[in-house]
Amino acid sequence: MTFNLVLGQALNGLQFGLLLFLMAAGLTLVFGIMSFVNLAHGSLYMFGAYFAATIASHSGSFVLAVILAALLMFVLGVLLDAGGLQLLHRRSHLDQVLATFGVVLFANELVRVVWGNAPVYMDAPEALAGAVNLFGVNYPSYRFAIIVIGLLVALGLYLLIERTRIGMLIRAGATNRRMVSALGVNIGWLNRFVFALGAALAGLAGAMVGPILSIEPGMGEPVLILTLVVIVIGGIGSIRGAFFGALVVGVVDTLGRIFIPIWLRESLDPAMATAVGPALASMLVYLMMAVILAFKPDGLFPVKARG
Amino acid sequence: MKSRFLTRSVCSLAIASATLFGGIAHAQMKVGFMATLSGPAAALGQDMYDGFMLGLEQSGGKLGGVEVEVIREDDQLKPDLAVQTVNRFIERDQVDVVAGITFSNVMMAVANPLAESGTVFVGMNAGPAPLAGERCAPNFFFVGYQNDQQAEGVGKYATDKGYNNVYLMAPNYQAGKDAVGGFKRYYKGGIAGEVYTRVNQPDYSAEIAQLQAANPDAVYVFYPGGMGINFIKQFRQAGLLGKIPLLSVSSFDGSTLPALKETALGAISGSFWGADFDNPANKKFIETFEAKYGRIPSQYAAQAYDGALLLDAALKKIGGKYQDKDALKKALREVDFGSVRGAFKFNKNGFPIHDMYVFEVAPDSKGRISHKTLQKTLPNHPDSYVGKCPL
Repeated sequence: MTFNLVLGQALNGLQFGLLLFLMAAGLTLVFGIMSFVNLAHGSLYMFGAYFAATIASHSGSFVLAVILAALLMFVLGVLLDAGGLQLLHRRSHLDQVLATFGVVLFANELVRVVWGNAPVYMDAPEALAGAVNLFGVNYPSYRFAIIVIGLLVALGLYLLIERTRIGMLIRAGATNRRMVSALGVNIGWLNRFVFALGAALAGLAGAMVGPILSIEPGMGEPVLILTLVVIVIGGIGSIRGAFFGALVVGVVDTLGRIFIPIWLRESLDPAMATAVGPALASMLVYLMMAVILAFKPDGLFPVKARG
Repeated sequence: MKSRFLTRSVCSLAIASATLFGGIAHAQMKVGFMATLSGPAAALGQDMYDGFMLGLEQSGGKLGGVEVEVIREDDQLKPDLAVQTVNRFIERDQVDVVAGITFSNVMMAVANPLAESGTVFVGMNAGPAPLAGERCAPNFFFVGYQNDQQAEGVGKYATDKGYNNVYLMAPNYQAGKDAVGGFKRYYKGGIAGEVYTRVNQPDYSAEIAQLQAANPDAVYVFYPGGMGINFIKQFRQAGLLGKIPLLSVSSFDGSTLPALKETALGAISGSFWGADFDNPANKKFIETFEAKYGRIPSQYAAQAYDGALLLDAALKKIGGKYQDKDALKKALREVDFGSVRGAFKFNKNGFPIHDMYVFEVAPDSKGRISHKTLQKTLPNHPDSYVGKCPL
């Protein structure tokens, strides 16, 4: 277990965490501000990936594909909200879960009809095909780019939310939506913007994983579950919570997967370690969630007041 | 409050998944065809269905001169639903033959009702070990392969190549462990590491870094479907593809190569069938499949096509008397149907004795990414469980 291996794995965890952050930021915004449980958030991620792969294969430009996919998802977010999801805002959370779960099934089938059953091809751009050297660790450039973009988006969101008028309204809306609408702000418009922003972030995440993951129907569900874990751990409605929650989940999951089997092999007999290690590693994130919720039921960085 | 509610949603979401559907036409002999036709693995079931229907179409919509009605059902990769479907095939639809089945866990769930009913079953992909061994049944005919066979062929290849330090990786479930077990049965060298990952894990960066640190002679993986795509994309991005030989089974096959394209070039796969096999049955299959569906058929399509050829030949042999179940079973076991894989015969447990090969992912004669046959590893290879079969 060398220093290089640990550092490399920490980078992998960071990269995975930042990807989760892109998903979690959008989901927590929508949930915190609109109080809308959108299980179809993973489907938005899937559409982002499919859009990006399609654009990349037609235009040949990866950068264009990622930017266009995020923009298209923003537009799709506006249309989805205007076209039906807004009706769900006033319903109970269980209704929202049921309805958006229906959207998940529909989206998976729609993708199958449009793009077919077989996974779709997308490659990383030439310029990012190699590796970068960080403190003696050769790290794939493409993953490094995901880290950089994830951090830039985090910074951008921080500035948007903390430094702009829209951000102020978003924060106020998360804390007390009735007061904000009483002040004459069009909450419907604000909601739509927030939802579309969330969709764009999910689309961006989907577009960026295209070159490293399989683009296939149903690809959004495993990510969605981890994303929900992130926002529950981080504290719902809090961007800061989503950021740190995502990093914690990304790093714990990655390091756990690698080091738990290694540690177990040192202390248990090999057959036992092979059986228990992977099982324990895949439960680790959920165990962590249980422990955190036992001590901080509202997550690590809860939004303080609620209306 | 919200967080507690969400916690519950996380759990409920983890439980639920995909959708339904089936189609009905009418004729004489009834074949209940069940495969996984929705969800992420739908491509496999679809290829099976397309291969089977192509075989049926080539004998004029008939098998052995008998009009056939195919009842198609999707098991959704859910064993409980599959049991219901198979029971309905047997009791309500009263099918004469049950065919298909993509995944081993589904196969294990339906094995009992199928064995008890005595209905002829033609398995076209899943070939779990217990059904080749102590739970073999006289009405089971697996026209694909026993799960371990392909892995055994690759294990032999690794031994022949003189690899002495192979790193093994598979998802942490039964099929993953079987694929590793089969490999080890014929691999004589040392093992650099053995890693089991989460089923459907999307990201392997951490495991790949660990693998790199172990510096093995070769890597052997079993990552079917999307997992294989994820793995090899990341393996290549880490700069390892081409540097460390990558051996596999059921990972870089006809179902994933269209999405992988050049990404998988150079990967080694073990199987009993390749699209470039030079025999008349295979040439006809490849030509007609490509003409009809516009893609290179996968092994899943080849197996199901073989299933149609097998039924056709057996029914011909007994003059189309499909109602005589014992005669049909006897004919199925003995008939030579000219498999697309070349030499084929059933062992006493209803699993094939056939040749194992290894293939390299390479461009085919038309420049498309496919498999190139490298060598035969285990000729006339029976499965390793037949000794336990009481038949």
